[in-house]
Amino acid sequence: MGQSIEEINKEKLVEIKKKEHFKKLLEEKNNEKYNLIDFLHEVQNIYGHLSRDIQITIAEEMGLPLSQIHSVVSFYSLFTTTPKGKYTIEVCMGTACYVRGSKDILDKLSKELDIEPGQTTEDKKFTLEGTRCIGACGMAPVVVINGDVYGRIDVDDLPEILAKYE
Amino acid sequence: MGTTEILVCGGTSCNSSGGPKIYKNLLMYIEEYDLRKKTRVIQPGCFGFCEQGPIVVIYPNGSKEGVFYCQLKEEDAQRIVKEHLVDGKVIEDFLYVDPKTGEKIAKHEDMDFYKYQQRIALRNCGTIDPLSIEDYRYRGGYKALNKVLKEMSSEDVINEVKRSKLRGRGGGGFPTGVKWEITSKVDGESKYVICNADEGDPGAFMDRSILEGDPHSVIEGMVIGAYAIGAQKGYIYARAEYPLAIDRTEAALEDARREGVLGKNILGSGFNFDLEIRIGAGAFVCGEETALITSVEGYRGDPQPKPPYPAQGGLYGKPTLINNVETLANIPIIINEGGKWYSKIGTKDSTGTKVFALAGDINNTGLIEVPMGTTLRDVVFNLGGGIPKGKEFKAAQTGGPSGGCLTEEDLDITLEYDSLLDADSMMGSGGLIILDEDSCMVDVSRFYLDFTQDEACGKCAPGRIGTKRMLEILNKITEGKGDVADLGVLKELAENIKKTALCGLCKSAPNPVLSTIERFEDEYLAHVKEKKCPTGVCEGLSKWIIEPDECRACGVCEPVCPVDAISGQRGEVYKIDPEICIDCGVCAKKCPFDAIHKA
Ligand SMILES: Cc1cc2nc3c(=O)[nH]c(=O)nc-3n(C[C@H](O)[C@H](O)[C@H](O)COP(=O)(O)O)c2cc1C
Ligand code: FES
Repeated sequence: MGQSIEEINKEKLVEIKKKEHFKKLLEEKNNEKYNLIDFLHEVQNIYGHLSRDIQITIAEEMGLPLSQIHSVVSFYSLFTTTPKGKYTIEVCMGTACYVRGSKDILDKLSKELDIEPGQTTEDKKFTLEGTRCIGACGMAPVVVINGDVYGRIDVDDLPEILAKYE
Repeated sequence: MGTTEILVCGGTSCNSSGGPKIYKNLLMYIEEYDLRKKTRVIQPGCFGFCEQGPIVVIYPNGSKEGVFYCQLKEEDAQRIVKEHLVDGKVIEDFLYVDPKTGEKIAKHEDMDFYKYQQRIALRNCGTIDPLSIEDYRYRGGYKALNKVLKEMSSEDVINEVKRSKLRGRGGGGFPTGVKWEITSKVDGESKYVICNADEGDPGAFMDRSILEGDPHSVIEGMVIGAYAIGAQKGYIYARAEYPLAIDRTEAALEDARREGVLGKNILGSGFNFDLEIRIGAGAFVCGEETALITSVEGYRGDPQPKPPYPAQGGLYGKPTLINNVETLANIPIIINEGGKWYSKIGTKDSTGTKVFALAGDINNTGLIEVPMGTTLRDVVFNLGGGIPKGKEFKAAQTGGPSGGCLTEEDLDITLEYDSLLDADSMMGSGGLIILDEDSCMVDVSRFYLDFTQDEACGKCAPGRIGTKRMLEILNKITEGKGDVADLGVLKELAENIKKTALCGLCKSAPNPVLSTIERFEDEYLAHVKEKKCPTGVCEGLSKWIIEPDECRACGVCEPVCPVDAISGQRGEVYKIDPEICIDCGVCAKKCPFDAIHKA
């Protein structure tokens, strides 16, 4: 089944909005002193990722070598070059969560969604990630879905939590 | 009549277990019962007792004696308003129950978790509204800054800090006053102050809680530091994983500027200093000061060889003072109460208090602050309330990926910089992970090395290749493919990496491995000689089994096994022959009842 015309138009509109936002940001930054990492965070907030094309645009517009941008993007784990799903599930793999069984949770989610950590489901709904300590260790094990923090969870709680994101 | 203050914990933990809903409901019912004029509901930072969250503390009519309600649910807000605020009754159902005596306790000072604490760095966490500079002021905030700018020279400030014998809380334990003195003596027109809020140690959350609960204490500490060394500009480098801490710090910076304690001509003294937040992007090595500096400049966070130290050539090549969040939060108190007062707390060489993040297999997870020199036993069994489910204590891991493990025999060790080093561990930033008898120490050591190996920047060969080889060996051991010679190779690699790596990250990466080999050699030997994991954690060493109680004998697993290791009858029960099983795990994936797992 294909998408309806409205859906296609809506998606196009979203893309145009993103492009405008990106253009405005580039202009703004060109006129002031900026910090590359902060800037990349802002761009990633618009697109959800920093693909090679986006990096090339930044390099051209800002007059920076692409290698410099790429070196920063590839170094920091929070920058991603591939689009993510609608929901990103982050399973904390910090020490406190690990000793309270976060690996079982990651394994279970991996099985349930049929993707490996770092991958996105085919319907682009979920991205699964093992993440660094988010500082809620008192609630270990912790899972974060698009910013919502779920603490002290058990493998059996997962279906109920996932159901909220249908 | 004063107002009744109602404090609803707004730390990350309580926020994720329903705190904000309780807050909203409280406001709603206070409105409904027309109590708005007589109450003030605030969301302070973390109370520390995360295990018992969400927490609400009520201080009636300006009294200092609060009633502590814990493990609340959103619907409990109505009862709190009706029974406590309107009828003036303490609600027994919501009180904390002492696990040792079974008694209900209303005042937090009477709980073991708080009784042994001395809160200096955390003095305002959980008591004030972090978004209110007035609250901070009311508790003596910015008094120290006023005193510094009006009455003290920069040498006076440095001497006071030196007298306190405060040591850096970021892990290294370098004397803070000495660092300030060195940085102040370097000539330079522009200098910088940086607050290290990267807190990369997984399992540590004290810096986060301080910024979330009391951001002004850090800002005040930074302005005082800037005055002492002669800096005009500063940065707070925070992890992107801490959005709440960043938001609150951002708001506090604005308030501080508005109130004239930050920016131009601070408190009319003619001294200028301003601050900006820089946000990391997920790299542990950026907690290391030289890497942090390159990251603040906007580049990839590669560590740099020292010297030059940041004090000589730091940010943009200028003299730079870097201190940790907790270090800075201690400064205002030291100025107010005097360095001598501070130096009398704790032990001779480790003065003051230390905040620890208690996590892992422990009853009272949370944040505690105790005088240096408190024993590990006190922390685990008195404040921490011991090990859950009646299990045995096995080890305490301190110092995160750079530290080591302490065992039962070390329980009487005093928690301070030097005694921890003597025990082959380190203070680190204060993460304290407790492990119970079910933890496999080989797996723990593999876990830490996996972390450092993943985070190593790749700049130096020992860090890039050496840690990788070590991880490969540990993986082999946990999969049951190791042999005794591997232990020797591990130790040799570890010693070499410690000697030759470029920065602190990889220099200390082998520590958790060495410390566990030293203290739990038997466990390593069981893995390599008997090919057994005594705790059953290492999956590679365990076998697939079909749990008879969970198996519904549907027969799905039998035909999918590629080597015919599964036998049984539909409607009865199925079994896996461990001798034939090749460990592919296909049957477990197919089992509709999740009855197949490793054991
Ligand atoms: C690999 C590595 C990671 C570090 N991570 C942190 C950190 O997360 N937070 C911190 O304050 N210091 C960290 N440090 C220590 C800093 O390099 C630096 O010594 C410290 O920020 C100085 O502040 P202090 O003297 O107030 O402790 C780290 C050091 C190394 C080698
Ligand atoms: S270890 Fe998971 S939140 Fe800290």
